[in-house]
Amino acid sequence: MTPLLQVKGIEKRYGARIGCTDVNFDLYPGEVMGIVGESGSGKSTLLNCMAGHLEPDAGQVIFDTRVDGPVDTVTMSEPERRMLGRTDWAFVHQHARDGLRMSVSAGGNIGERLMAVGDRHYGDIRDKAIDWLGRVEIDEARVDDRPSAFSGGMQQRLQIARNLVTGPRLVFMDEPTGGLDVSVQARLLDLLRGLVREMGLSAIIVTHDLAVVRLLADRLMVMKNGHVVEAGLTDQVLDDPQHAYTQLLVSSVLQV
Amino acid sequence: MIELIDVSKSFTLHNQGGVVIPVMEGASLKAEPGECIALTGSSGAGKSTLMRVIYGNYLAASGQVLVGGVDVAKAEPRQILSLRRDTLGYVSQFLRVVPRVPTLDVVAEPLLAVGCDNEAARGKAAGLLERLNIRERLWTLSPTTFSGGEQQRVNIARGFAHDYPAMLLDEPTASLDAQNRETVLSLIEEAKHRGAAIVGIFHDLEARERVCDREVNVSDFTPGLAA
Repeated sequence: MTPLLQVKGIEKRYGARIGCTDVNFDLYPGEVMGIVGESGSGKSTLLNCMAGHLEPDAGQVIFDTRVDGPVDTVTMSEPERRMLGRTDWAFVHQHARDGLRMSVSAGGNIGERLMAVGDRHYGDIRDKAIDWLGRVEIDEARVDDRPSAFSGGMQQRLQIARNLVTGPRLVFMDEPTGGLDVSVQARLLDLLRGLVREMGLSAIIVTHDLAVVRLLADRLMVMKNGHVVEAGLTDQVLDDPQHAYTQLLVSSVLQV
Repeated sequence: MIELIDVSKSFTLHNQGGVVIPVMEGASLKAEPGECIALTGSSGAGKSTLMRVIYGNYLAASGQVLVGGVDVAKAEPRQILSLRRDTLGYVSQFLRVVPRVPTLDVVAEPLLAVGCDNEAARGKAAGLLERLNIRERLWTLSPTTFSGGEQQRVNIARGFAHDYPAMLLDEPTASLDAQNRETVLSLIEEAKHRGAAIVGIFHDLEARERVCDREVNVSDFTPGLAA
């Protein structure tokens, strides 16, 4: 099986400081990988380098495209990378307002991505938007409301609907459940897990919440000061951490 | 089906002065298809550790841990994930689920993961829940709010949903009443009958004598404890 994504020797520096360095891994179709670490450890930098939002200083991000097979997305032309960002890739921001158009209706937010890949029939687009609102448990009566009238949890779910409507194969998520209260978090986790299984998505999730990765991620990568200090099967890394930093991280979690 | 060859395990506590605690040395055992092996030994001897080494959530320091031809001690995460999906089941003592997911879906999930169709998976899940006396009106609720015994039975139903060729059972009859205990023991016997290799921890002596073919004393593998 060809990996969906191969990350080779990714490095990003901010002047003399290291954003992230020497990151290598393969992600296979259907796999969910978590990236954990304290704030400033370089996990968001890495995610943005992989998703094409930041240009890495070194390394390759090879994606298995539908048409041409594995292609290095770092050296790809900007229009090609943008096309990928609208079709096979999705990016769920930590703050929903970064990923939504706040002054456009909920239906319009979902429809925009469909129009970007060539859908033109307004009725079809609206039907698909309503279908996706249902999937993320937003009442269809809200389709014409603007996201600014939505609660934080609803905005986050709308952002997920907007991202998944075009059937991407790889989803990047930056703290998807951060800042949400626990009951909304649980709903979102359930939703994400169902979508991952039904659509066969692969996902890379950056978070600092170990409970979230245990439930969502198959694999885990632990970062500190821009370096990957430990990687492996999620429950192995959490139950039997090998590196000093991971041991500290796991033993610092408050038990509920 | 399950074979351990000279496995050792130690913990290094980096944040407590780098103490290295050896917990297992020279562990070897073999479970053939249709065979059930009981791990024995006093509390702290390393029974659960051994189970976790087989399941892959503890990393073996040396030796081979072969399950269905895959060496868990050295396999890639992806290989272990597919092994757990298709071949190796684990009934732990605690149920860990996503909140809000209905009990029936929790039990059907392992079947859906191996590509069983929705209806068949739910049908089998319903049958198991019925056998384990989980009332039907609870099936649409999340098991997170259930009593300890009910959670344990949901956990068992989930563990036995897919016919794994290899299974790990951590005290499957603990905290169960006589009738449910009987059901669990027959589930184990049925699993053996269809050829599953089982390694388990049974504190319940009667249960152990009834379903287990052999005992392996884990104290023999405990450094400093072996006679």
